Amino acid sequence: MAKKQEENKSDIVSVLDENGKSDEQYLSKISNDKIKEFYKAMVLIRAFDQKAFNMQRQGRIGTYISYKGQEASQAGTALALEDKDFIFPTYRDSGVLLLRKQPIVQILQYWGGDERGLKSPDSVNNFPIAIPVGTQIPHAAGAGWAATIRKSGQVAVGFFGDGATSKGDFHEGLNFASVFNAATIFLCQNNQYAISVPRAKQTKSESISKKAVAYGMEGIEVDGNDIFAVYKAVKEAADKARKGNGPTLIECYTYRISDHSTSDDASRYRSKSEVEQWEKKDPIARVEKYMQRRGIKIDKDAILEEAKAKIEKEIEAFEKISAPDPKDMFKYVFAEMTPAQNKQMKDLLGE
Amino acid sequence: MVVANIIQAVNMALKQEMQRDSKVVVLGEDVGVNGGVFRATDGLYKEFPGRVFDTPLAELGIVGTSVGMAVNGLKPIAEIQFSGFMYGPFDQIFSHAARIRMRSRGRFTCPLVIRTPYGGGIRALELHGESGEAIFAHTPGLKMVVPSNPYDAKGLLASAIRDPDPVIFYEPMRIYRAIKQDIPEKEYLIPIGKANIVQEGNDLTLIAWGASLKMCKDLLEEMKGRYSVELIDLRTISPYDRETVINSVKKTGRCVIVHEAIQTCGFAAELIAAINEDAMLSLHGPVVRVTSPDVPFPLYRLENDFLPSMARIKKGIEKVMEF
Ligand SMILES: Cc1ncc(C[n+]2csc(CCOP(=O)(O)OP(=O)(O)O)c2C)c(N)n1
Repeated sequence: MAKKQEENKSDIVSVLDENGKSDEQYLSKISNDKIKEFYKAMVLIRAFDQKAFNMQRQGRIGTYISYKGQEASQAGTALALEDKDFIFPTYRDSGVLLLRKQPIVQILQYWGGDERGLKSPDSVNNFPIAIPVGTQIPHAAGAGWAATIRKSGQVAVGFFGDGATSKGDFHEGLNFASVFNAATIFLCQNNQYAISVPRAKQTKSESISKKAVAYGMEGIEVDGNDIFAVYKAVKEAADKARKGNGPTLIECYTYRISDHSTSDDASRYRSKSEVEQWEKKDPIARVEKYMQRRGIKIDKDAILEEAKAKIEKEIEAFEKISAPDPKDMFKYVFAEMTPAQNKQMKDLLGE
Repeated sequence: MVVANIIQAVNMALKQEMQRDSKVVVLGEDVGVNGGVFRATDGLYKEFPGRVFDTPLAELGIVGTSVGMAVNGLKPIAEIQFSGFMYGPFDQIFSHAARIRMRSRGRFTCPLVIRTPYGGGIRALELHGESGEAIFAHTPGLKMVVPSNPYDAKGLLASAIRDPDPVIFYEPMRIYRAIKQDIPEKEYLIPIGKANIVQEGNDLTLIAWGASLKMCKDLLEEMKGRYSVELIDLRTISPYDRETVINSVKKTGRCVIVHEAIQTCGFAAELIAAINEDAMLSLHGPVVRVTSPDVPFPLYRLENDFLPSMARIKKGIEKVMEF
């Protein structure tokens, strides 16, 4: 019988836990400004998440997938990367995208059913969100492999959930990355559920990070609600990859506070008390408490208001954008439209 | 009789077939405790302990293990949560499920049903709207069924479960809850491979399946008998009911085919080829197909521009009638 993951926490990377226990040596090297930056990033992406959720409820965008509770995993990773790095996000990673220069307007456009939202800004490499679970994992292996071949100094990061580790894509991606020494980070946000299926029913493996062993790869488990720990682990894995020392699997042990998506009702498969237990480990509150202890003064309300104002401004811009042109469907399928497409476009649009 | 929508009809068929045959098992993502993301398997987990499985998240694993179960004495009903995730397990479907009987000279068979919601029009996420029936029809050894209403859904699913060969059961997501019908509580079967003449007529044959069928019905209602239209619900894509199609076109001499799938190599192409072979001399004009264009299914703001609309179907009918 596999051991329960909770019982086996000796080797988890933790810098600041929910009880205030902290790795002072590591923290002392992080400046006050950096800590404020971490905090603000999490406040911003939580405010966005809340707003996007509300907009779905009001019918202003379509299905939305919330990452509430996973802010430390997303911000900690995003902030440890460089623009030239390549990320392969999932539907749950809007927070990562937001912190990777994807304009909020575009993130809303995507969830609002408008293809134009997927385009990555030129200054960063944000691959379009993967909707099929796990299919992006080999891409991250391939992009990291390319970085190794081209000596580009980039790192590729594949994001995925605990459920995705059951797919063949996971096995194939990790195996390739290891065999070819790819500059890849496999970043699993283990949020304990794949829709209704709890992590324990997904795999009998003791943990997800342990799966790395079989690939001859380093596997690290991190407290995913501890932004410092996530940042530290990702930064170290990225440095290692940039030096040509291969891939890493990082498991961020966290929790999805929200429903799986705006079409899901999580009360069908998990208890309120379980959610409440995890709310106590809130990643933002934890940093707030720490800043207080360290004597870093912040104006909480002002930071939140600033985040909200930024988001509101983008929402205004989003709502002013003209409807997508039906011609757009045809425009980017091939470098050149086929004769059949050309005829169909004319028939369809009555031109 | 009970009033049911398609989801409830599917649920009833699953329940009855599980009661009837202890070899039937259900597996898939979220089909157990949660009862399926659309609730199609609601209640089964409790009622049939040890026969309903929440699987790890792995479509290839779901279909691959189903093949193994099927050859070893069980009748697996696998749910693929959305048909957009059928491409991963396609290797298992094409290379194995569909060929086992042939490769083993009948020694092993694969009585497997894969249920999956398909189709657009509900503002869903990417890869949740496609119609891939032609891909499966293009797979020898596979049956492909698409109900368009609760009555057919129940009877066809029961037939699919009792079928000795692998069947893809495509459930039209858009009308999962849109049509309510009185259906018998008792079990009944609708044969696979038989089309349904929904309405008889003499001027034109209109062929559709799944959610498009409802759209055609609504349109004919709106057109209030302007033409005498014979409406055919194909119901099974493979093996399709060629005889019913040909007889109808021979009678009417005109034909319009509607599907949500893209045009090139869509199933209309096969039907038109059959009409060409067997009913060419009865035609008063070319057969018209109303389909989606040859582009990936767009995000939802453009889906109504992409999918066949009532207006486009009407235009197609007028084009044939005025030829
Ligand atoms: C290949 C595939 N199968 C099924 C789905 C439907 N689906 C969407 S998310 C999800 C659960 C994913 O769980 P996990 O990998 O743990 O990530 P999380 O959503 O929890 O972030 C499922 C089954 C899908 N999108 N893709």
